[in-house]
Amino acid sequence: MGKIANKQVICDVLVEAGKKDKDIVALCSDSRGSASFTGFANELPEQFVETGIAEQNLVSISAGLAKCGKKPYAASPACFLSTRSYEQCKVDVAYSNTNVKLIGISGGVSYGALGMSHHSAQDIAAMCAVPNMRVYLPSDRLQTECLMKELIKDEKPAYIRVGRNAVDDVYEEGNVPFEMDRATVVREGTDVAIIACGEMVKPSVEAAELLKEKGISAAVVDMYCVKPLDEEAVIKAASGAKAVITVEEHAPYGGLGSMVSQVVGCNCPKKVLNIALPDAPVITGTSKEVFDYYGMNGGGIAKKAEEILGCLRQSEQ
Amino acid sequence: MENLKALAYELREDVIDIIMSGKAGHIGGDMSVMEILTELYFDQMNVGPANMDDPDRDKFVMSKGHSVEAYYAVLAKKGFFDRGDLVANFSKFGSKYIGHPNNKLPGIEMNSGSLGHGLPVCVGMALAGKMNGQDYRVYTVMGDGEVAEGSVWEGAMAASHYKLDNLCAVVDRNRLQISGNTEDVMAHDDLHERFGSFGWHVIDVADGNDIDQLKEAFEEAKTIKGKPTMVIANTVKGKGSSVMENKANWHHKVPNEEELAQIRKDLKERKEALR
Repeated sequence: MGKIANKQVICDVLVEAGKKDKDIVALCSDSRGSASFTGFANELPEQFVETGIAEQNLVSISAGLAKCGKKPYAASPACFLSTRSYEQCKVDVAYSNTNVKLIGISGGVSYGALGMSHHSAQDIAAMCAVPNMRVYLPSDRLQTECLMKELIKDEKPAYIRVGRNAVDDVYEEGNVPFEMDRATVVREGTDVAIIACGEMVKPSVEAAELLKEKGISAAVVDMYCVKPLDEEAVIKAASGAKAVITVEEHAPYGGLGSMVSQVVGCNCPKKVLNIALPDAPVITGTSKEVFDYYGMNGGGIAKKAEEILGCLRQSEQ
Repeated sequence: MENLKALAYELREDVIDIIMSGKAGHIGGDMSVMEILTELYFDQMNVGPANMDDPDRDKFVMSKGHSVEAYYAVLAKKGFFDRGDLVANFSKFGSKYIGHPNNKLPGIEMNSGSLGHGLPVCVGMALAGKMNGQDYRVYTVMGDGEVAEGSVWEGAMAASHYKLDNLCAVVDRNRLQISGNTEDVMAHDDLHERFGSFGWHVIDVADGNDIDQLKEAFEEAKTIKGKPTMVIANTVKGKGSSVMENKANWHHKVPNEEELAQIRKDLKERKEALR
């Protein structure tokens, strides 16, 4: 069980790195508490910049800092960072190619009952459509740590989306398989390939367990690197299974499901089922209640896998 | 010192060559901003092809990116790229000389084009200077229509909050934007008071096409401590030829042959009168 949220891991990695490198700067838009960046602000106040509730400014200031040699990490709720400041992300960060890391916190439906204004169900689509923008959705605290340690080493733009709360571990402490920009195959399987990102990886693993009990072999691929998408891993997983399921905490259009479908359709055509949030404001509730309602949990994913395999059997008969 | 007044007219002639070659360009704003760019690049800023890797160089962002022809003309004159290459290829298929600034070209720090980005980016640049204890200065030029962008005011608020006295912004106050008079489109004639209330030191330049007055303003800005400076440069859109001056329809217009002849004649006469 993970005890700390992925966003807290990001802060912890940055504090450690920031102590050694004074050019590492964290920025928040009155979001240091919600981003779990208070620790950074307190420990390294000279390297912390508060922009107030001004997300466009947050991103542009980060770009200006980066142009002058700083290594900024701008942390703000994913809903605002990805769409309120979309143009700044596109022009000042991606197009101008500034070394800004955009940390979208409390992503997806983390804010639960706060409603659609606070949900970021469009951020994957929005950010992936921008040239020179990388998009990462780590699945647990351990992978988040690996990812951040890699991102600190490079000087290119990236958008990282994490959720609000601590989530169960996918990996084991001290044994985290991680290669930058390569998906992690969490488990192999031959009947269905479940390709998931972010905090949907854990329920996908749970689904694979449930399916195993029923004699169905499910692969689970952790596509934390939505862009650059690990196409080789998609093709390999899809080729080795009868059907593909994608799972993401995102709108049904333009996200992981769309991208995987493009790759599968072009390279190894077969049935792809996209499990995602609806194309509508989601039902009111905690994120867990929302996931349960839409079948974005182990049981729901397993059920969909059985359905799609059942359809395939019927069509073969 | 070089005769910057005449140089501004020589650069206007370059702008005409660029626009006639590319058959496109924001000619009115190119002409109004020319003295501002000339004074900054040839007198105020320690920027040139030899020192673009120097972290202590002054920084400039062309926030009104549509006046790119004026900016390109200045950068070519500074030696960042070849004037002939620029004129031959501006806006042509596959050209690196795009219709808005892009930092794949030498001398350009940041890409622009969408308005309201330059000032907030410059806040970051100025803040970096403060954090590092460097003494470079940061400049940006905005259009007057541009100040309707909300992000300008986010940047303005942050610049005074962080006491960025190493930041100097300029508004090219030519009073015209694409739809007409700025006061009809979105009034802001009290710009001085507005920036003042945001904690800025504000300097009005009565004639923003006068190199001497601009120099005086930029020198004053350097003496201001604890707050950023806004220079409101009252300029003339289309400055340089009666064909274009103070005419909103010259926001982006390519002269016809008759207009071109008159513009070239006017620019040459004014340049020679200043020599």
